[in-house]
Amino acid sequence: MAEEEFNRISILHGGGGLYMQKLLKEHIIPRFRSRRFKEIPLDLLADSAVIGDIVFTTDSYTVKPIFFPGGDIGRLSVSGTVNDLSVVGARPLGISCALIIEEGFELAKLGRILDSMERAAEEADVEIVTGDTKVVERGKLDQIIINTAGIGRRSEKLDENLRRAASDGRSLKSRWLDPRNIRPGDKIIISGTIGDHAVAIMAAREELGLEAPNLKSDAAPLNKLISEALEIGGVVACKDPTRGGLAALLNEWSETTGIGIIIREASLPIREEVKAACEILGIEALELANEGKAVLAVSGKYAKDVLEAVRSHPLGRDAEIIGEFTREYNGVVMETEIGGLRYVPMPIGDPVPRIC
Amino acid sequence: MKRILSRYRDPKLARKVTEKIWELARDLPAIRIMHVCGTHEWTITHWGIRSLLPENVEVRAGPGCPVCITPASDIDSMIKLAKDGINVLTYGDMSRAKGSRMVSLEDCRADGGNVRVVYSFTDALKIAKSNPGEEYVFFSAGFETTAPIVAYSILKGLPSNLKILSAHRFVPPAVGLIAESDELAIDAFINPGHTSTISGMKAYKQYFDKTRKPMVFAGFEPLDILLAIYMILKQIREKSPRMENEYRRSVTWEGNLSAQKCMEEVFELRDGYWRGVAIIPESWMDLAEKFSRLDARKVYGLDVGKGDHFPSEARCAEVIKGLIDPPECPLYMKKCTPATPIGPAMVGVEGTCRIWAQHRITGKGFRCFSGVCRMG
Repeated sequence: MAEEEFNRISILHGGGGLYMQKLLKEHIIPRFRSRRFKEIPLDLLADSAVIGDIVFTTDSYTVKPIFFPGGDIGRLSVSGTVNDLSVVGARPLGISCALIIEEGFELAKLGRILDSMERAAEEADVEIVTGDTKVVERGKLDQIIINTAGIGRRSEKLDENLRRAASDGRSLKSRWLDPRNIRPGDKIIISGTIGDHAVAIMAAREELGLEAPNLKSDAAPLNKLISEALEIGGVVACKDPTRGGLAALLNEWSETTGIGIIIREASLPIREEVKAACEILGIEALELANEGKAVLAVSGKYAKDVLEAVRSHPLGRDAEIIGEFTREYNGVVMETEIGGLRYVPMPIGDPVPRIC
Repeated sequence: MKRILSRYRDPKLARKVTEKIWELARDLPAIRIMHVCGTHEWTITHWGIRSLLPENVEVRAGPGCPVCITPASDIDSMIKLAKDGINVLTYGDMSRAKGSRMVSLEDCRADGGNVRVVYSFTDALKIAKSNPGEEYVFFSAGFETTAPIVAYSILKGLPSNLKILSAHRFVPPAVGLIAESDELAIDAFINPGHTSTISGMKAYKQYFDKTRKPMVFAGFEPLDILLAIYMILKQIREKSPRMENEYRRSVTWEGNLSAQKCMEEVFELRDGYWRGVAIIPESWMDLAEKFSRLDARKVYGLDVGKGDHFPSEARCAEVIKGLIDPPECPLYMKKCTPATPIGPAMVGVEGTCRIWAQHRITGKGFRCFSGVCRMG
């Protein structure tokens, strides 16, 4: 289905799945060249770029509705960018705040969003250091879009963390948290329940008649949680499963490394509300977006200790080891709850558009 | 819902049943089981049930997807109506299946045809009622699960501007035909839970009596399927084939009598073509004579075509019959994908090709013999 040619952008091209990969790999990335900064090249589709020890990223937020249980577009825009910096192994420092606002937008709502950004920044111990504000005519966009860029510095814990990972004899391909460092036998840890953000957003939209009164978006900055994991050591790669969910993340890792992945359905942390929503709507929790979860690839030797460290952080209480890298399979394979095997395919697009 | 579902997905129970299946299958010759329901195929594929079975136990998907078996000529008829300015109402999946000229109702709509997708027959009634000046034809396809609501509404009285083109098929004769087929050499059947809830187990009795092949009526959770396979193997071991009910929470011997009464009054069973399969005696729920004035075929003079057409390289017919697996078709996941379906089995959510494609099965899928799982 990704072979299909297209001459217009469809909503699927923003979904974090096969369509988006095709757009990036065939139409966007080839137009830019890495001349000097080749350490983490563009085509690796990493969450952040690195320039020496400086880490840099950007992300735009178009979530609908802009206020939802557990957060709002402001909290999302700071958390997402902090997380993009943190997952490559950086300590986030400063965040920019670019606002594109629709004419007529209420000032009080803008105030709520900005206060929420500041609170999230405080939580992550970063500062909003620069910004830009534009207004467009009524109807030209849906209320507000926020772009944040973030800058960070290579974490001082990274060297020791990777040294421990390499103590099993592997040679490291990268001095960052980078899927190219992964070897068969590495364990996969998720920092908590999956699908909370996507289902909370769906419920907030009230279009599907879905009610999940106790469910909140997980939007949160993860830099401190990841830092706890690095303190233990042995973490070789990390990523946050946003659009396309865990399914897209694991498929990307398997493709980049050429190593198969086996995960166990019974070990996936999923809330009952999310399970029920998936059952009713016929969607896969594995494909749902998260905004406050990290997936870590960890050397087998350190996996249990890293799991404990992640669990000791308030955002990581439900963390689990969900599987590992293996030469036994190609692609991503899941042992279902009843013990059967099936592939976890790369999602085509996001089942829920405009989620972040 | 949580409690009910987790009972039918219980890992420990599943392991126990799987072990029993292995025990029963030991030293048996190769056993070929067929199901005839797209939802069963989804459960089997999604939960990786084939990977749990011993080498000599095979479960194949037979003709169980209404979109797949609806004749191309009926799609052609609906396209003709839409082009002639009649408003055609159809289910979404059905609108994407291509007729004999490789044109679907969806293509026809893109070309300016009057085609509208509805989610249920109730939607069709609402649309016809609120636009009394327009003529509508509902493409009434599906098995005995979708037929009763149409029959009931006809008995209550349809809006005068709504006609029906009935492509409804009755499942039991198809199971009968497959049971007698040497080409497929099926040893036992997992019978469909939804349609049998309507028809009752009794509708299968004459076909069971003829062939005496085990038939187990099964539900749609993974343990339902495992239990059905267990029950079949037990019957084979005991050399005591029978009709057995695994899905007691829904299926009964008599079935849904009021639904049957409506269907019997409105439809007459005639010989009907199942796309890719065969003309199956008494399997087409055609509108009874006394409802001719509602019958789009009679009102608009449409033929009941028996012709068929699949693209030359496609092996749809063999997939629909259950003779081959989707990856054996040269078009599968190449020219024919869920986004660009060519054959009808890639269209509907109950089509075997569509289900396998969604689960990215490119070879034989996972088979797990003597505890070591490998990809085929």
